[in-house]
Amino acid sequence: MTTRVLAALLAGSALGASAALTALPVQADDFAPAVVFDQGGKFDKSFNEAAYNGAERFKKETGTAYREFEITNEGQREQAMRTLVRRGASVIVAVGFSQTAAVEKVAKESPNTKFCLIDDKLDAPNVQSVTFKEHEGSFLVGMAAALVSKSGKVGFIGGMDIPLIRNFLTGYEQGVKHVAASDEVFTNMTGTTPAAWNDPTRGAELAKSQFGRGADVVFAAAGATGLGVLQAAADSGKLGIGVDSNQNHVHPGKVLTSMVKRVDVVVYDCMKTAKDGSWKPGHRVVGLKEDGVGYALDASNRPLISADIEKKLEEAKAQIIGGTLAVKPYQP
Amino acid sequence: MEDLFLLILQLLGATIRVATPLVLAAFAGMYCERAGVVDIGLEGKMLAGAFFAAAAAASTGSPWLGLLAAMAAGIALALIHGFACVTHNGNQVVSGMAINILVAGLAPTLAYAWFKQGGQTPLLPASARLPSVQMPGVEAINGVPVLGSIYRELIDDTNVLIWVTLLIVLATQWVLYRSRFGLRLRAVGENPAAVETAGISVTRLRYQALIVTGALTGMAGAYLSTGHGAGFVRDMTAGKGYLALAALIFGKWRPGPTLFACLLFAFTDAVQVRLQGVPLPGIGVIPVQFIQMLPYLLTVLLLAGFVGKAIAPKASGVPYVKER
Repeated sequence: MTTRVLAALLAGSALGASAALTALPVQADDFAPAVVFDQGGKFDKSFNEAAYNGAERFKKETGTAYREFEITNEGQREQAMRTLVRRGASVIVAVGFSQTAAVEKVAKESPNTKFCLIDDKLDAPNVQSVTFKEHEGSFLVGMAAALVSKSGKVGFIGGMDIPLIRNFLTGYEQGVKHVAASDEVFTNMTGTTPAAWNDPTRGAELAKSQFGRGADVVFAAAGATGLGVLQAAADSGKLGIGVDSNQNHVHPGKVLTSMVKRVDVVVYDCMKTAKDGSWKPGHRVVGLKEDGVGYALDASNRPLISADIEKKLEEAKAQIIGGTLAVKPYQP
Repeated sequence: MEDLFLLILQLLGATIRVATPLVLAAFAGMYCERAGVVDIGLEGKMLAGAFFAAAAAASTGSPWLGLLAAMAAGIALALIHGFACVTHNGNQVVSGMAINILVAGLAPTLAYAWFKQGGQTPLLPASARLPSVQMPGVEAINGVPVLGSIYRELIDDTNVLIWVTLLIVLATQWVLYRSRFGLRLRAVGENPAAVETAGISVTRLRYQALIVTGALTGMAGAYLSTGHGAGFVRDMTAGKGYLALAALIFGKWRPGPTLFACLLFAFTDAVQVRLQGVPLPGIGVIPVQFIQMLPYLLTVLLLAGFVGKAIAPKASGVPYVKER
């Protein structure tokens, strides 16, 4: 197998082959992980920041530095990954479903580099892909929203209108209806392009329109756009629900809870296993059972979540894990 | 009925909030285009205003210093534009575009260097944001049927910059058509040679116009990052500068129609937000993509069908070279 790969490489362009060969010794004695962040940037206090925290934890624990790249436009994805491969990255973590096409292409070109793709499924011999059961975590925050809502109306604001975000919505709706079947859920999507992840002004306006319709809790699954939603909720004296990272601290006392996706754990595990040799390709789906998703409870939102609410959430969580309570994922 | 009335009021409230930065930017453009300088760099100046307002407010804690910083940044960029195309007769579109590209890169870079939060400023606390004006007697008038709701939804709790914008709109109408400066400004945009013959400096007038432009665009940016929002993020103007330019052309470079155009753009946006996911009688839920297309569709229809020919100030975009 290896000889065939080498032969293929040698048969390829001389430049490409020599680049790959010079990269090999670097990999052997010097482990070099890399992260490619998605649009929104690594300090979006949400999805990308979770990945950043995972990578930082790895750096702290192992003392191995990592390379990184922040995507600012579509064209950079492949280029960034190729550059990282050429510079000898041994494992590349691609954060976000938008990276799928680029990972697929670059992974095929560089079979000696390991790839981890987060939020999408990809079948390749050197790719590990991880998706989350967002609907399970969203179910719990939906329950929390319905339990604290006084008006019986709650809102959802998504980023880009894609199946992934619809999956958050489906779970959220089921959670709300589980508590109070007659509650209303208002839904808004920020946009249909990647710019929808980065428009807090619009997020705030969408939130205000939902408050105008009577909503008193709003769940934002919209990257940096969500910061505008949480801001508007805090300004209007309503409650927001954060996403991906624990965002309870953004406006203490004004963020009911956060639907956390443990992207940090996935990034950390990917780097860690790649370093100690137990890394495996293939696809994983993580949910409540694997602690891949959940709701955040800390000092900032402790006063908002009463012991009674917490008990109900924990019960539902145990039922979902046990399989007695089924949460349906989004079916396009 | 009561619900419908409230809905309309809320839509109008959203319209005003969304329209404010557009109005400021469009009126900024009006000053310099009426003086004969095309300014496609409204977007960049607005973005610079947004960044410097948030940066100054984050580091000093005062939104007013932020507003000043934003206006200063807008003026500085306007002066660069003036230096390139008034003093050196450079191409005005190229210079404006250069400013847009410069700021799009410079603002996140500076934010990264100063705040180390990946091209954003920290989130601003309420005390570092431009306040909303609380009107007296909301409770007292609340019981009055129609007036009460109007007062509560539209007048009370409105950002201070929205009131300033209203003053600027009225002032601009007066300045352009009733003041000596306005007369000269319009003249210099139509026939600079005639103005020069009358013994008035074209260069000086155009620089004055550009300073007003810079100050107003800075204000528009400050509204985005410290009034409506709470902090700067990359590309937060999201094309509002270009939209303002479109409104200016749509309004034929006149204050009233331009204001109307800005409000119309903002209104379609507010309606669009409201229509999302709401089942309409007989049709059902309309796809998000279709609804998000509406403002653009409306703009194209209006521009193509109803506005008629928009005639720019005659000397707009033409550098003035003094005859010797």
